[in-house]
Amino acid sequence: MENQVAAQLTLPILDPGRLQELARQVRLDIVEMLYRSGSGHLGGSLSAADLLVALFFAEMRRQADNPCWPHRDRFILSKGHGAPALYAVLSRLGYFPREELATLRRFGSMLQGHPDSSCTPGVEIPTGSLGQGLSIANGLALAARLNRLNSRIFVLLGDGESQEGQIWEAAMSAAHYGLDNIMAIVDRNRLQIDGRTSEVMSLEPLAPKWQAFGWHTLEVDGHDIPQILEALKSCRGVTGKPSVIIAHTVKGKGVSVFEDKAKYHGVAPNDEEYQQALKELGAA
Amino acid sequence: MSLFFKVAKYLAREKPLSAKESTRVEYGKTLAKLGEEYPDIVVLDADLSGSTQTKHFAQVFKDRFFNMGIAEQDLMGTAAGLALGGKIPFASTFAMFATGRAWEQIRQTIAYGNLNVKIVASHGGVTVGEDGGSHQALEDLALMRILPNMVVLVPADGPETRAMTRWAAAYQGPVYMRTGRLALPVIYDDSYRFELGRGSVLRLGGDVTLMGLGVMVHACLEAADLLAGAGIAARVVNLSCLKPLDWELVVACARETGAVVTAEEHMVAGALGSAVSEILSEHYPVPVKRIGLRDTFGISGKPELLLKHFGLTAADVAAAARQVIARK
Ligand SMILES: Cc1ncc(C[n+]2csc(CCOP(=O)(O)OP(=O)(O)O)c2C)c(N)n1
Repeated sequence: MENQVAAQLTLPILDPGRLQELARQVRLDIVEMLYRSGSGHLGGSLSAADLLVALFFAEMRRQADNPCWPHRDRFILSKGHGAPALYAVLSRLGYFPREELATLRRFGSMLQGHPDSSCTPGVEIPTGSLGQGLSIANGLALAARLNRLNSRIFVLLGDGESQEGQIWEAAMSAAHYGLDNIMAIVDRNRLQIDGRTSEVMSLEPLAPKWQAFGWHTLEVDGHDIPQILEALKSCRGVTGKPSVIIAHTVKGKGVSVFEDKAKYHGVAPNDEEYQQALKELGAA
Repeated sequence: MSLFFKVAKYLAREKPLSAKESTRVEYGKTLAKLGEEYPDIVVLDADLSGSTQTKHFAQVFKDRFFNMGIAEQDLMGTAAGLALGGKIPFASTFAMFATGRAWEQIRQTIAYGNLNVKIVASHGGVTVGEDGGSHQALEDLALMRILPNMVVLVPADGPETRAMTRWAAAYQGPVYMRTGRLALPVIYDDSYRFELGRGSVLRLGGDVTLMGLGVMVHACLEAADLLAGAGIAARVVNLSCLKPLDWELVVACARETGAVVTAEEHMVAGALGSAVSEILSEHYPVPVKRIGLRDTFGISGKPELLLKHFGLTAADVAAAARQVIARK
């Protein structure tokens, strides 16, 4: 059975150089999509680009031509406003034609402002209202266990999002039920809408919180692909408890004007910023 | 009365059976039975498995029961995930907390995602009794009725509860069902089958239609007896499927009897009274009177006293019937 599954898997890309190149392209996609749509969430999409590329291209088990493959690993974008990053990755994996990216947020588009599973292949469930994705991931993890599936459930959380109480309800549940098929990643870019997380509502000490809730907890540089891959790999062997990686990132990563500035949370680049971004991201 | 409509077997009976059953108890027992027939059914609760009666399932199917603790938002999210993973989750807690605390989780994930989650919430209405206003959900049906994809059910007796629970397990999609504490007289016999979007006529009559929901179906039946004593023939309809509502039946009753009373253990805004008024004002306006709670919260007391206090008795329904008949 497992052999059969392995035979159908899309082969992962493990070469860090290639993954870095993919992340650069995904960042370009994000800038391009937002520039065209005139709105969307820039900073938190750019901060998550390396994490999503590492997850989708190197770690998650999936079949490129079969998004509903029952044995697939699942991904929930709990910080749903990071949709542009997810759409860019899904399009590069062939879940839908790349031309669709140009329709982001338009009337009739398959790419809604926040993820909607009813119209976008590869999206598992609607998200966008923060704080809810980890509970959904837990339910999927319980179902996988009952169904005797080896699939793992990945969920990307925002750090600001972690101010929601439901995240901690779900953190308790995952540990209580020993959900070692859950792999959470926190995009720790230290910014939310109104400013720094430390000023709006402090989260620290964050890693000890997750540890205290019974989670296997790691910290990485969320833009260092080899580090991310290593951390993901080391979590595969953890049994009896869920794992979380706190990924230290820079909001707006990749384009100097956008980096580490709360003001680029939810805006599209203007003409000048767009040109600068293309230059810095090395558009051909 | 067009034959098209479902007329309950109850009509054939002289008097209702003397047995009484509570909807939450019948839900709990049925769920435990369904557990054997449907290996994919899983049940979640939020530390109220005794009150909601999911404990019967929990005792038999330990590995398919998940107590999520006192965390209703997580309860709904986890149920959603289980549905995504191919399971048939039944999530239970009190109606107030299911639809109040976790409304947004239900809206964003279960309804928007059109997931196969069954939310069965106990303790709806003032008949919760002594626990008082904080625990008497008077808004739950309104909160669920406004959600796309959601089916909203309020069984009126034991057989209907069993039939609806069974139906919900087989149906693909989100369902909200409200159960209650009170033991209610049995209306239907065990051959009763629930059909989505269909109400049932419990008593024929041409002068007025009394449309009830849950506990208030019984008040409507009693009111019809009271009115019969005064020579008024009241039709009684159980609109236990609040969404999708049997609008053909509602319009037919308005056309054939010319006056309507709605009765529910809920705010008059947002649930049965609203739904019927909306349909009739668009399709067939007739005098309507809504029985329910008006801009008030519940209070502590014995259920019977509270029903009286809030104007939810058979006498109140009968009085409303006379008013609408006078306005014809
Ligand atoms: C429940 C909820 N409240 C508020 C918002 C509005 N909102 C969208 S993004 C955001 C900030 C999120 O910050 P963080 O999780 O740190 O995301 P990132 O910085 O990675 O973009 C807020 C408040 C929302 N989407 N959902």
